[in-house]
Amino acid sequence: MKVVIIGNGIAGITTARHIRKQSDHEILVISAESEHFFSRTALMYIYIGHMKYQHTKPYEDWFWEKNRINLHKAYINTIDFDTNTLKTANREEISYDKLVIATGSVTKKIGWPGENLKGVQGLYSKQDVELMETNTQNVKHAVIVGGGLIGIEMAEMLHSRGIEVTFLIRENNYWNSVLPIEEAMLVSRHIAEHGINLIPNTELEEIIGDNDGRVKAVKTKTGKTIDCEFVALTTGVTPNIDFLKESALETDRGILVNDFLETNIPNVYALGDCAQFKNPKENHPPVEQLWYTGKMQGKALAKTICGQKTKYERGIWFNSAKFLDIEYQTYGLMFNKPFATEDTFYWEHPKGKIGMRANFSKTDGSLSGFNFFGMRFKQTVADTWIRNGNHISNCIAQLNEGFFDAEFNKNHHKKIVESFNTAHPKHQATIAKKKKFLIF
Amino acid sequence: MKIIQKIGLAIFLICFAIFISLLGLGKYQLTEVSFKASVTDSTHQALLAPNIQQMLGKTYDSKIDFITDYNKSLDKTNQKFKDNQEWDKVIYTDYALAITKNSTIGFVKDNQMLLFYICFVISALGGAIYMVADLFIHPVAGIKNNDIFKRSITSRGIIAIFFSVFLVVFYLFLYKAPAYISNWVLLVDPLSFSLTGGEASHWFLYGFLYSIIMLTMGIRMYVKYRHNTYQMVRTTSVIFFQLAFAFMIPNILTKLQLPAMDFKNMWPLDYTFFFDYRLDSLLSAGMLGYWMLGWGIFLFVVGVPVMVYFFGKRWYCSWVCGCGGLAETFGDPFRQLSDKSLKAWKYERVIVHSVLVFAVIMTAAVLYTFFTGASTILGINTYAIREIYSFAIGFVFAGAIGTGFYPLMGNRVWCRFGCPLAAYLGLVQRFKSRFRITTNGAQCISCGNCSTYCEMGIDVRAYAQKGENIIRASCVGCGVCAAVCPRGVLKLENLAEEGRFDIYTRPEEQ
Ligand SMILES: Cc1cc2nc3c(=O)[nH]c(=O)nc-3n(C[C@H](O)[C@H](O)[C@H](O)COP(=O)(O)OP(=O)(O)OC[C@H]3O[C@@H](n4cnc5c(N)ncnc54)[C@H](O)[C@@H]3O)c2cc1C
Ligand code: SF4
Ligand code: SF4
Repeated sequence: MKVVIIGNGIAGITTARHIRKQSDHEILVISAESEHFFSRTALMYIYIGHMKYQHTKPYEDWFWEKNRINLHKAYINTIDFDTNTLKTANREEISYDKLVIATGSVTKKIGWPGENLKGVQGLYSKQDVELMETNTQNVKHAVIVGGGLIGIEMAEMLHSRGIEVTFLIRENNYWNSVLPIEEAMLVSRHIAEHGINLIPNTELEEIIGDNDGRVKAVKTKTGKTIDCEFVALTTGVTPNIDFLKESALETDRGILVNDFLETNIPNVYALGDCAQFKNPKENHPPVEQLWYTGKMQGKALAKTICGQKTKYERGIWFNSAKFLDIEYQTYGLMFNKPFATEDTFYWEHPKGKIGMRANFSKTDGSLSGFNFFGMRFKQTVADTWIRNGNHISNCIAQLNEGFFDAEFNKNHHKKIVESFNTAHPKHQATIAKKKKFLIF
Repeated sequence: MKIIQKIGLAIFLICFAIFISLLGLGKYQLTEVSFKASVTDSTHQALLAPNIQQMLGKTYDSKIDFITDYNKSLDKTNQKFKDNQEWDKVIYTDYALAITKNSTIGFVKDNQMLLFYICFVISALGGAIYMVADLFIHPVAGIKNNDIFKRSITSRGIIAIFFSVFLVVFYLFLYKAPAYISNWVLLVDPLSFSLTGGEASHWFLYGFLYSIIMLTMGIRMYVKYRHNTYQMVRTTSVIFFQLAFAFMIPNILTKLQLPAMDFKNMWPLDYTFFFDYRLDSLLSAGMLGYWMLGWGIFLFVVGVPVMVYFFGKRWYCSWVCGCGGLAETFGDPFRQLSDKSLKAWKYERVIVHSVLVFAVIMTAAVLYTFFTGASTILGINTYAIREIYSFAIGFVFAGAIGTGFYPLMGNRVWCRFGCPLAAYLGLVQRFKSRFRITTNGAQCISCGNCSTYCEMGIDVRAYAQKGENIIRASCVGCGVCAAVCPRGVLKLENLAEEGRFDIYTRPEEQ
């Protein structure tokens, strides 16, 4: 059987690797962006100079041949679902028995006036980094539009080159659409600390070009004009499925799939950033645009393709990011406000760069999720506690079990417990006495 | 602040240029006094005297001529004895450095102290200014390896190649022709007199340079990792062991006329530990000598397995060891240059374990000769084995390549491919230890920072992205992979042995 996968990102490649682990199917991965699989999440580090492109490749180049995963660098123009053939931009025809579509995302553009000017771009692909390299030569002032995860990365990238950055966000504080206000403020302060000019409550009206078709300023909805030579558009990404729009494949924002990642056409599957779940789990996004989810989906799909039909299960939600120098880890469903049935506890270090939040049920005190800022925490511990609905008092009392900061780093457990006990007198946490034992 | 940083760099570079140019400065004049002060053995004095007559009182403008003339005199002296088959009279002691140093006159000699301050103190201050200025240029603490792959010196550019050649040449002179760097040794003479009571050897100079380089580059580590206590503590530890154990204590022992010993250096890294001259010196030093011998043996027989079991190889390699100490301070800017390929790992395993075997065989042969007095074993001269080891491993591998190739192959070339002690520690770490780098569930985004910055060339990401703990014989526990990981995926820790090889699978995937 010949399995053809379009897209060599984390979703497509995980599928390919796991099919190989379980079967002898012929595997062909077709992708247009790069010869080999690389880590999209590391693109910023190429620009900053922490790494070169070659370092972002998780597998050495010989890996693919050794594992009989055929690679082909080409762009797919159309898919003929009746004859099971793909047509590439070079008019090659490639047939398949099973087709996996993992084409990822593209930068979302909203149709702002001037969004196609020179010096205006988003960040998604390897080519985008290369473009950014040329676009930011001799740039003194840049504007970032939209305050999500890619926005903060681009801010860090530009800032690393000594470019003055103005960061326009729609909310009052950075990423307040997702982060609770305390955390959003914590990050906003940190952004300011770096000398990045965060401008809240501001939306873009238009981008103004000069005579050469290059950006020279932006105008905000409040009528302010900001001079700049570079504009980063980071208001989100959207599934990369334009080339499928006219086909028989059922799409909405993304390619519609069921929990088995099957599309409406037999033997055709979709996953990763480009897929949209028809029936997403309650409170879960229909389109999961994450590294981790692409990987988990790929593992499930490989099983299905190899004959062991397997539902994709998201499990307990988790994610992480880094806002300049502050790391962020989250476990369970954490939004900017707790659910009505939940209570919340937030602790912040007096210096304002470390913080943690726990949400828990108002009725039985069971833990539903954590946010950590500037503090590392073990996924296994958080996952188990949330899954089992452990009581918040016990969780707070046992936080030590999950702390994951480097050895010798300061442990804030005591302060957190004190703060919790004051904030929630109803639930008291007591730290178990440390067992004393002799080392030798 | 950028200007201040540049000034610091300029100060350092000027001092460095002066330091280098010293090699060509100075005049040389052999006198009765300098001759006697250098050739301390009175029989040798008498034997050499007739042939150095023509050098006496003559002023040499060039060091090379001076050394050439001395060598000629020496050869002439020895040739006679060789012709006459008077082997016991042949002079093997190398007096070239001492004679050259003590015969130096003129600028360098007259400005000894001033030049000492310029070359070592002010240059280090310049370096320190350069490092500390970064506190103001990057006022917010955090991992900033910005532009590391864009700078020539840290990305195998032309400057890196020059620097590497410089280091290799330096080691060549240090080991093989120290007389040519006599002016540098001359500068540390006063310091040596006050510390050890005797004049400086080139090894004293080396130890001193080693210490100030570690100190200055240690400042860089403190600035760079000020947000990471593990790195701060570890850096303090290596600097302490260098200054106290490797530099001060042996010199003080010398002053007290006791056998000098670096109490943290350990066989088989310290491959001369069982050489006859060292055993003799220990055995003739009474109780203290016996204790030193016992301590040296205790370190690798008991110390290694016990400490590695509890803490991993790191307790030595990135907390105590001198080679490791240099690698972790001076070498830190080059850590990203180590080769991460599977092929490199294969070479590494073969080479490093071969060196271990070689070290064991060489030491066994040396001890055989020491105890039986027989100089050959199975027809092979034990002295020859020892010479080959000293040259190939001790000089070429550990010195010239080990440090000289920092700018080309990363800061742990020796530790990774050559160090027999690392091989031994590694075997314990791999098979019987509580140490591991824990991977945090499925949080890895395969970005590659950890692998890129692993000085031992371990492909950390290959484990992390599978949810597997990192347990590798070569891991020196520097903790930098964990420090640079942007997602908090890695943690070095000592936990119970069971479960250390477990791979994380999400409950949904079990
Ligand atoms: C800068 C940045 C930082 C990020 N950081 C994080 C993070 O920290 N954590 C996290 O969880 N997620 C992060 N993400 C999101 C994450 O990278 C994506 O969710 C993930 O890479 C998507 O993987 P995928 O396999 O679905 O698609 P992709 O990786 O986009 O792969 C799809 C590939 O298919 C190719 N392709 C598309 N159409 C065609 C066609 N017609 N013919 C041939 N080839 C085609 C594309 O060129 C592309 O190479 C980040 C994303 C970006 C851009
Ligand atoms: S640095 Fe961290 S996230 Fe990046 S590959 Fe390594 S373990 Fe994974
Ligand atoms: S694996 Fe990590 S701790 Fe071990 S040597 Fe490499 S970077 Fe250092």
